[in-house]
Amino acid sequence: MTASIATNQTILVVGGGIAGMTAALEAAECGKQVILAEKTPTLGGRTSLLYRYFPKMCHPTCGLEINLKRLRGNPNVRVMTLTEVAAVSGTRGDYTVTLKIKPRYVNESCTACGDCGKAVSAEIANPANYGLDKIKAAYLPHGMAYPQRYVIDPSIAGTPDGEAAKAACKFGAVDLGMQEETVELKVGSVVWATGWRPYDAAKIQPYGYDRIPNVITSLEFERLADVRGPTGGKLLRPSDGKEAKNIAFIQCAGSRDENHLRHCSRICCMASLKQTQYVREACGDEGKSTVYYIDIRAIDRFEDFYANVYKDPTVSFVKSKVARIAVNEANGNPILHGVNTEGYQRYATEHDLVVLAVGMEPEVTGVKLPDDLVLDSSNFIEGSKSGGMFGAGSAASPLDVNRAVQSATAASLKAIQVIHKTASTEASAS
Amino acid sequence: MTTANQSAGAKYKNSFLKEVEANVEDGQWVKMCMQCGVCAGSCPLGPAWEHSPQKIFMMIRAGKREEVLKSDSMWMCTSCYNCIVRCPRKLPITHIMHGLANYAHRLGLAPQGQPTREIAKLFWDNLVKTGRVNELKFSLAMYFKDGFGQGVKNAMAMQSVGLGLVKAKRLNPMEILGGHSCKDKSGIQKMIAKAREIEDRRKGLA
Repeated sequence: MTASIATNQTILVVGGGIAGMTAALEAAECGKQVILAEKTPTLGGRTSLLYRYFPKMCHPTCGLEINLKRLRGNPNVRVMTLTEVAAVSGTRGDYTVTLKIKPRYVNESCTACGDCGKAVSAEIANPANYGLDKIKAAYLPHGMAYPQRYVIDPSIAGTPDGEAAKAACKFGAVDLGMQEETVELKVGSVVWATGWRPYDAAKIQPYGYDRIPNVITSLEFERLADVRGPTGGKLLRPSDGKEAKNIAFIQCAGSRDENHLRHCSRICCMASLKQTQYVREACGDEGKSTVYYIDIRAIDRFEDFYANVYKDPTVSFVKSKVARIAVNEANGNPILHGVNTEGYQRYATEHDLVVLAVGMEPEVTGVKLPDDLVLDSSNFIEGSKSGGMFGAGSAASPLDVNRAVQSATAASLKAIQVIHKTASTEASAS
Repeated sequence: MTTANQSAGAKYKNSFLKEVEANVEDGQWVKMCMQCGVCAGSCPLGPAWEHSPQKIFMMIRAGKREEVLKSDSMWMCTSCYNCIVRCPRKLPITHIMHGLANYAHRLGLAPQGQPTREIAKLFWDNLVKTGRVNELKFSLAMYFKDGFGQGVKNAMAMQSVGLGLVKAKRLNPMEILGGHSCKDKSGIQKMIAKAREIEDRRKGLA
């Protein structure tokens, strides 16, 4: 990899998900120098953990593959994984950023052969499957990981397991002596593509996510449906491993709620409509999906998708925010209690599995950000006071993949404008 | 000259919602309800009600004045506050229910003989006399509200509880002779009368 030297004309992109990759590539393809800093060991973010995209129901491998190809061919982007922004000082056109780089314990010689993983016995919760299964503590994050390099979990770095991984490596790629590094860089503009995280479903107490095994989140359901997931693509419910056929989807789990997230997360209606089709794919006509909703927000052209799902006889809709979930102790089935707004009938309906369509919370919620950044009441990044930093993708607003990419392109253009102004100021000064 | 828009506006104006907003405590919140139904599903007495809060709010918007004000629902609220805690829009549902109950009572539309309404009336009448609650008289009024015979039966059934309270000095038998009072009895009565006068003027109640 060509190491770019950071100057005031460099753009820092924070976050290597679909929006960060896009923002970095758009600027790099305009000839700008870009540093792409990602907190986890791989690019791809939450997009790479989806089973399919709506509305075309294609797999995320597609969009990511194109971006990775662009990335491999572009010397202007310097990718830094396991890297977090510790501090930003300065102003538009002249920022000093401090980056903290955590040790991967595996260097560039790694060929992703997998020998270290075989040699190690310790296991960790698999971050690529939201902890639904376990993997070896020396691992490749997932099939599409970029860079394609193993990671050694810090928990085994100083243990005999770590030594076993080192001994197993034929290429001398395991380096257990790696330390955390701090680097300081000059950049002209910063694009914050820090993304989102699922709202902590356990906080919605009446839904019992923390105590009822068969209540899961929509993101966990994505992993169940995926052949690379913990169940090999079978919709097996957590309590007894039985195939779930009668599945409830609860909308606005955390969103549009003054007690939780104030905003509408915008993607969840479409995500649940999409997931009803996973049930159809897995169970055919025997599958049964029930969507409990306040109102379905299938924005603009997605109305078509909604209309098609509505016609599907395996899918039914109940206009009601579920009040609470109880359990049938005999079979582990969750029982949904509430009142249907269309007729005001009280219901207590049993399902095999409940999927909470959890809301999007900005990943930076609770993180101390530079004072220059302007956030809205839900912690989405609106921009910066001095106009040199921008939010992109779902860090800026709750967005689906398609709109996150558009937002990233827009943010990239704004960052390029800052760099152009910086360059002309520097030229006139010299 | 009135335009079609203006006359349609006058004709279809939902006056009951406006009436509730003007005359019911916290009534201005009613229009904020998004009909999600969490209040109805969270109410411990839900199945016992004629109409759930969510339904009451929709009925107000639909202009069903008589049905709302004659409903027993507001009187079934035990103020557990489950609905307020869970409402995603933070509507003060309990308070609106109490406001509706009070308004229906003042208009003389509240259901006759509804037990919660009866106890509320006895409590209020007891309180305003001296500015202090006379618990002995209040208990007796409760016992005898359904006639003398039933009153004696009630009193006999509660005898041990009553004596226990007297022994523990929680109930004073001497209260039967007028009972304790606040320092300025006529002052508090004037305050209440004035408050009632202001409320009546503002809400157009006689």
